[in-house]
Amino acid sequence: MHIVVCVKQVPDSTEIKINPETGTLVRTGVPSIMNPYDHFALETALNLKKEHDARVTVVSMGPPQAKSVVQLGLALGADEGVLLSDKAFAGSDTWATSYALSLAINKLGKFSLVLCGMQAIDGDTAQVGPGVAQQLSIPQVTFCEEVKVNGKKAWVRKATDYGYAIAEVDMPVLLTMMMHKDFEARYPSFLDIFNSDQKPYHVWTAEDIGAKKEYLGLKGSPTQVDRIYPPEKGCETQMLTGAPGEIAQKIVDILKKENCLR
Amino acid sequence: MIEVLDKCIGCSKCVPACPFNAVSMVGKKAVINEACTLCGACVPACPVKAIVITREDPVHRDFSAFKGVWVFAEFEDTGRKGPKKIRKVTLELLSEGRKLADELGVELAAVVLAEKNRNYEKELGAYGADKVYLSENCEFSDYDTDIYSAVIAALVSKYKPEIFLFPATFTGRDLAPRIASLIYAGLTADCTGLSIKNGLLKQSRPAFGGNIMADILSPNSRPQMATVRPNVMKVSPPSDKTARLVKENINIPEGMRRVKVLEKKVAGYESADRIDCADIIVSGGRGMKSREKFNVLEELATLLGGMVGASRAAVDMGFKEKSRQVGQSGTTVSPKLYIACGISGAVQHLVGMKTSDIIIAINKDPNASIFSVAKYGVVADVHEIIGKLIDAVKKAKKIK
Repeated sequence: MHIVVCVKQVPDSTEIKINPETGTLVRTGVPSIMNPYDHFALETALNLKKEHDARVTVVSMGPPQAKSVVQLGLALGADEGVLLSDKAFAGSDTWATSYALSLAINKLGKFSLVLCGMQAIDGDTAQVGPGVAQQLSIPQVTFCEEVKVNGKKAWVRKATDYGYAIAEVDMPVLLTMMMHKDFEARYPSFLDIFNSDQKPYHVWTAEDIGAKKEYLGLKGSPTQVDRIYPPEKGCETQMLTGAPGEIAQKIVDILKKENCLR
Repeated sequence: MIEVLDKCIGCSKCVPACPFNAVSMVGKKAVINEACTLCGACVPACPVKAIVITREDPVHRDFSAFKGVWVFAEFEDTGRKGPKKIRKVTLELLSEGRKLADELGVELAAVVLAEKNRNYEKELGAYGADKVYLSENCEFSDYDTDIYSAVIAALVSKYKPEIFLFPATFTGRDLAPRIASLIYAGLTADCTGLSIKNGLLKQSRPAFGGNIMADILSPNSRPQMATVRPNVMKVSPPSDKTARLVKENINIPEGMRRVKVLEKKVAGYESADRIDCADIIVSGGRGMKSREKFNVLEELATLLGGMVGASRAAVDMGFKEKSRQVGQSGTTVSPKLYIACGISGAVQHLVGMKTSDIIIAINKDPNASIFSVAKYGVVADVHEIIGKLIDAVKKAKKIK
């Protein structure tokens, strides 16, 4: 069995600020990590590898420094790593990213499972997984919490708006993983990192995967960022002052006025 | 453009794959007729990859034929027997879509895939739809990514809307990216604001967990697609208007459903347990100090006929269960009244409640960011206020 895991390098915090003068993101001083949902997807793949004698390939797309998340994947137990890195990919939106990833996955040959995190903590779109599944013409199950493999079938438990559902699907299939609350990212030992240097690692360009340039990067992306800005400040706040009893009465008066006291 | 290459082996597997009966076999070769909508359903059906769809150069496409605003109508799927209800988020999208359509001077349509029509043109029309595109098939009663995406992509290819809105629910976020990927359309996730800018859909959304906002445009593709966060847009009052019904017969090829749902479990979906259905929310944060003190909020909420919510900090500290968490990683709410007690107002919390009609914030830190969204603010120890407030409300209710 061959499992492909898609991972993304993201800033290690959601505490990103905007430079008010330039309107650009301030990323300096924020270390990068593997997107936690992808990390969970990778651990899911590695657990399946233990049970089913599977081969795990980690694929990422990003600037040259994104090499570190692929290397982390190898150190944690993946067998092969691929980084899609090319100036032609820069500025790709979820459409262009799914396109490039799907070409890379096809180039890897046969696979049974593609696992992705349900979304990345920087963009929060949850669109790349389904996009890749569509480009590969394979079924998808999104927001999975648990995966089992039995013969040629995958069994999943997935979250719904109402609770959860259990589903069964023939492989190959793409699954996006939702991590459970108590998941803690595991980190490799120095020995694991040292040994992972021997594992196959490739950097592929747009040409290597046979991608059409008109579907890549900023120009090939159907969505374009018009503007980024800090969340707007809300309304004028009227402060209520006085002793606690007086304040309580003022609040009750407001509730009466606004028709909130029934 | 769609083409059948010479390598076609005449196996005819593509014929039943077409939802529009646009493929037939002529002398051991597949031939595609003018009923084709370029939906792409036949492409994966071909075992030798002989069917090729080439799309126009995205930068030079002509969009003049794309007109109108569409909303995907999502139904409740609580597993209960009987007809499914239209989800409230669908009405939110129609209300918002109506404004966009009016500004562009175009029609608003709802897309309904259902087992059977149940006067949907009346309910959807009442909330703003001019038209309802309806396809009836028993396969639609259980959502399936492959079936829904192929059918909707086909409808889009046929009728060419310029804007297409989906709810950012589990279903909408599963479906919309699949369609966008199939038809090369720009898709913006989880929007909290929509408007028209120079004739284009301007989509505003939070990113980095709500720390920044981004405005996104999709100038070079159609339709301009967006998923919209539930409970952010307000539902307009219904009218007695009925939408025009356009029925679309679509044939669902056998074997199209590849994911088999074995079991569905419904937990905490009844509206009485749902924080996003409450008109009044009394919410507590870290400042409530303990689970015991937090529980005082229950009494206030009950008196007001509302529900208790919590910040992420309060949930993490075990004051309240996760299903009551308000914010980016919990539920987005937009009640008539939101009373924030001892909540400092992390940006992830604010994005989940700031569209509430009236926000009253009680916090002892005058610089707490919760005050930036509050209409009324109280700088005080919340524990000194709540007891008095409960007494005052009791008194007021007796007097009434």
